[in-house]
Amino acid sequence: MALKHKTPMLDELEKGPWPSFVSDIKRVAARKPMCEDLLGQLELSYEQKEGHWKHGGIVGVFGYGGGVIGRYSDRPDLFPNVAHFHTMRVNQPASKFYTTAMLRQLCDLWEKRGSGLLNLHGSTGDAVLLGTTTDQLEPIFYELTHDMGMDLGGSGSNLRTPSGCVGRARCEWSCLDTQDIIYDCTMKYQDELHRPAFPYKYKFKCSGCPNDCVAAIARSDCAIIGTWRDKIRIDQDAVRAYVGGELVTNGGAHGTDKRVLDIQAEVINLCPTKCMEFDGKNLKIWDEDCTRCMHCINVMPRALRPGTDVGATILCGAKAPILEGAQLASVVIPFIKMEPPYEEFHEFVEKLWDWWMENGKNRERSGELIQRLGLNSLLQACDLTPDPRMIKTPRYNPYIFYDPADVPGGWEHDPVAFRKRHQA
Amino acid sequence: MPFDPNNIMQDRITDIGPPKYDKSFPPFIKQNYGKWKYHEILEPGVLVHVSETGAEVFTVRVGTCRLVSVDLVRDVCDIADKYCSGYVRWTTRNNIEFMLADKAKLQPLIADLRSRGNWFPIGGTGASITNIVHTQGWVHCHTPAIDASGVVKAVMDELFEYFGSMKLPAQVRIALACCLNMCGAVHCSDIAILGVHRKPPFVEADRVEKVCEIPLVIAACPLAAIKPKKVGDHKAVEINEKRCMFCGNCYTMCPALPIADQDGDGIALWVGGKVSNSRTAPTFSKLAVPYIPNEPPRWPTTVNDIKKIVEAYASGGRRYERISEWIERIGWERFFERTGLEFRHEHIDDYRLAMTTWRTTTQFKF
Repeated sequence: MALKHKTPMLDELEKGPWPSFVSDIKRVAARKPMCEDLLGQLELSYEQKEGHWKHGGIVGVFGYGGGVIGRYSDRPDLFPNVAHFHTMRVNQPASKFYTTAMLRQLCDLWEKRGSGLLNLHGSTGDAVLLGTTTDQLEPIFYELTHDMGMDLGGSGSNLRTPSGCVGRARCEWSCLDTQDIIYDCTMKYQDELHRPAFPYKYKFKCSGCPNDCVAAIARSDCAIIGTWRDKIRIDQDAVRAYVGGELVTNGGAHGTDKRVLDIQAEVINLCPTKCMEFDGKNLKIWDEDCTRCMHCINVMPRALRPGTDVGATILCGAKAPILEGAQLASVVIPFIKMEPPYEEFHEFVEKLWDWWMENGKNRERSGELIQRLGLNSLLQACDLTPDPRMIKTPRYNPYIFYDPADVPGGWEHDPVAFRKRHQA
Repeated sequence: MPFDPNNIMQDRITDIGPPKYDKSFPPFIKQNYGKWKYHEILEPGVLVHVSETGAEVFTVRVGTCRLVSVDLVRDVCDIADKYCSGYVRWTTRNNIEFMLADKAKLQPLIADLRSRGNWFPIGGTGASITNIVHTQGWVHCHTPAIDASGVVKAVMDELFEYFGSMKLPAQVRIALACCLNMCGAVHCSDIAILGVHRKPPFVEADRVEKVCEIPLVIAACPLAAIKPKKVGDHKAVEINEKRCMFCGNCYTMCPALPIADQDGDGIALWVGGKVSNSRTAPTFSKLAVPYIPNEPPRWPTTVNDIKKIVEAYASGGRRYERISEWIERIGWERFFERTGLEFRHEHIDDYRLAMTTWRTTTQFKF
């Protein structure tokens, strides 16, 4: 069936071996006028090299201040079926495990009440329903909550939908129950997730080990990254099997054939702290020097495993460039156990939020506030003790903000006594 | 009680959060939760995880578009119902993982996926180029400088052989953000594709007072380039264009300051970012190509420049070296030589902390 708008440029994106979003949208467009007009408007963008969505628009469901993003075409004259094309963010189940029953129900709802197009998933983690009209928002919310037991995710100056890696559900390296941690902070902070009370967005992400598969260290205000304090577990027979060429190195990531592992070149020389030695029979690790980078474990997954005294390192303040430049997260809690009911973690988070809400300016991310007021300010607000693990190097400028409380007599001078000692 | 549009508060349910995670764990995941011992990639895109109990779970990873239709999701459900007991998961990089415990179903699942045209390419494991994480672009965003899905499609078509193989020195993570807001936070990717503006916004003086909070607009500029200005009878603003660094933050605060422009907008490419702590610390991506024009529908210059970077890395990188580690070893002067990319004035930082990026040693290569 011919679609309403000709799309010669988009049609070029139906060629090639990678799946084509254009072909996918076209099959729905045959029965969905919204998708027909979406393709038409996108073709116009391809011709003009400019987007055609209006700026913003405040829509939502009653009682929530987030989860719905208003979107309006700036050419409703040409594309009336996308005049309103709002987004709803649906909070995904942790680690994005679904039953097909859930997915089919979501598809049926979205077929009936929206465009039939989704983002699986948005960058923050939500299942994003793309394109519906204002009158459909409340019915969709009703069906999500009543029939599917699902809820909206965050947007605006809210807690954003937390997300985590696959964790212990299907990974041998995870030092954390990532799903449970994500579920806990999602549920405990439902009010913050749905009702904007912060200066700007706030993101939690949880990775089970320092490989950091969800990029928590680069893109969350609060990164919870699994680690361990004891020794790497070694199976010496398996080490010898790798060296003897009986096993596939790196879990097959560099090819699935068995080959002899050059343990000196591929493991020991690449260790950032040079804390390992192999004498031809046994691998010795000086664990007190290990910084748990994961390289040796990645290369020899059947021989080496993280230790058993596990917990998390908490790093704060990562963000994309807008406004003060991109930031990676900085260590604020070198180690925390992260076991239910997570009280110590909640206390920390709530102190941090209080400090941020008290001091943060409009649209100032927590990381920017840390930069503006200093890491010490955050540590004080959260009752945390300074630790060398929080820095790469001590300061190399001499401009130290000494505390008057540490100086005998504070900052008071006795000018008369000074001039008795020194003539002017 | 069905939904009553005249009484939306009736039986209202709020703040229930997502379904608890273990409700959608397959039985073999529940039974082996926390007991996984090791994993192995059996062929590109196919993994086995082995539990301490001896149980095995097989995973087939396929790439998809991030933007999908209900038809595609229903196809996924059909496949998962047939082979995977009705369970499926997505990864953080828009891949789908079909998991099963019954090894006898593995080859039939793979054969089924391969029989469905190009909808479900298998790969994205190990030293490959896995799926690109990206933002909305012209499909659905209000501040984009570029499209997202179309650029991703063009790039993945060109790099397709690397998705279904594991022949690179290490994994290459590509990400795309269609403006500096970086919803996708691409700033620590091996290769980042970023939508940029090059013209300062223009002021619609008769609209500013109607649609904007002028003090917020002024405060939004990180370089203090916006001042209040009366234009005729209208309270408006003026922009010191020489100070503008094209972040678009003022447009986010004020729709009467449009910044998108068909000649100004385009793509910048960045390289050598990393989030894993493996061997070397996480690090930002650095500028490789300051500007490439928007070239819809297939962005050939962007695709070609990315290919140059990937091929130089594929031939010069040592096993396990990420792009950042390869560049660190050979030096930036060699990076530009080997990729054939032009080094220009834009590569020398002149923003805050710029000095930390200048060479303060006599050590470099001729």
